[in-house]
Amino acid sequence: MPAARFEFLSPRSLAETLEILSRYGDRARVLAGGTDLVPKLLRGTLRPEAVVSLRHVEELRGLTFDPDRGLSIGAAVRHAEVMEHPDVRAHYPALVHALSQLATVQVRNMGTIAGNLCNASPCADSAPILLAREARLEIGGPAGSRSLPLSEFFLGPGRTSLAAGELLTAIRVPPPAPRAAFAFRSISGRSRVDMSAASVAAMVRLEDGRIAGARIFLGAVGPTALRAPRAEEVLRGGVPDDALLAQAGEAAAAESKPISDVRATAAWRRRMVSVLARRALAEAAERARA
Amino acid sequence: MKKRLVSLRVNGAEHEIAVPPWRTLNDALREDLRLTGTKKGCGDGDCGACTVLLDGRSVVSCLTLAVDAEGCDIVTVEGLAPGRERLHPVQQSFIEKGAIQCGFCTPGMELSAVFLLGKNPSPSEPEIRAGLSGNLCRCTGYAKIVEAIRDAAARGTGGRS
Repeated sequence: MPAARFEFLSPRSLAETLEILSRYGDRARVLAGGTDLVPKLLRGTLRPEAVVSLRHVEELRGLTFDPDRGLSIGAAVRHAEVMEHPDVRAHYPALVHALSQLATVQVRNMGTIAGNLCNASPCADSAPILLAREARLEIGGPAGSRSLPLSEFFLGPGRTSLAAGELLTAIRVPPPAPRAAFAFRSISGRSRVDMSAASVAAMVRLEDGRIAGARIFLGAVGPTALRAPRAEEVLRGGVPDDALLAQAGEAAAAESKPISDVRATAAWRRRMVSVLARRALAEAAERARA
Repeated sequence: MKKRLVSLRVNGAEHEIAVPPWRTLNDALREDLRLTGTKKGCGDGDCGACTVLLDGRSVVSCLTLAVDAEGCDIVTVEGLAPGRERLHPVQQSFIEKGAIQCGFCTPGMELSAVFLLGKNPSPSEPEIRAGLSGNLCRCTGYAKIVEAIRDAAARGTGGRS
């Protein structure tokens, strides 16, 4: 297919961006880093009437941390900027690790978390850890702004709850909580540069050495990132030793819904979920103890 | 659809070109500005042969729209050397350490090295290798490339000269 032909718009403010998006609705596509959108435009598999770049929208470039309010990541902030931020490195090590596993140096210098989420690939590496951290999304649009838990955002592969004319403007991640810690593990069939074939994000909260709460999200093993509630239930009240974490890993594998594709077989993915879950839980428990 | 007049700042010089919005920065550099040091490899963001610096960060020019690079500072391999008589330390190290075989990946490798050393002036070997995660050498000459970057770091002149 020949490359798409489109009008290019480069608004200078959020108000102008939202005005353009409400005018074009689903005939416009938003360009953030371009690492997902541009290949589709060049191949012609996406043929929007207009492409709207966020590069010069200053209001979307904010990256701030507050101990009470947590982290706010603007829609135009690149992966590398998030990873390099001293407060993110100090308080969100599992997020930094997840982003460091994502693609290549150049792609991390271009791509944005907002773009990674809006692309809604089942294997998006930023999704499981942000779900485990109970991130919320700030969304602007023709009917005003709204806020949505990330857990309500993904509808299926490539599908989100963003309506035509709406823009994801920021991602808000709650502040660190006492005795709770997070970890992320992923694996691909080839090198770390390839997309994840399976990934697991885990949260463990300890009270008196026992697991008072856990959250587990699985990536690339379902149409969207999946929660593993039965694995979380296995952990509740237990001491995080090898046997219990292995049992939780098996439960998570049973809850995964992988398919076989060019990257890996369903059977291998399921086995990897049990391994990755066990390791992510072990690291999260270790961090929670510290 | 009409072409747009775009002003690109490449290696410190302003260039005005007329391009359609779907023209990549890679094609604009190579075809419109005749700066063919930046290579075109996979065209899909995987091989890194087309790497340039955009506002100081390494990016793949094959997935960057030329119209979206307006107002940004672009550095290509042609802009690395400080003058006709002297190469950038990273280039000098690539030559001295024999880090070049067919040469196709070299411009991208050098720009990735310059970006890495700007962020981390004395990288460990694993950090150098991670810094090259987005650049493929099909001659598989990685050992000498890593050695050259270590050498450039030892000169203490890693970033832009």
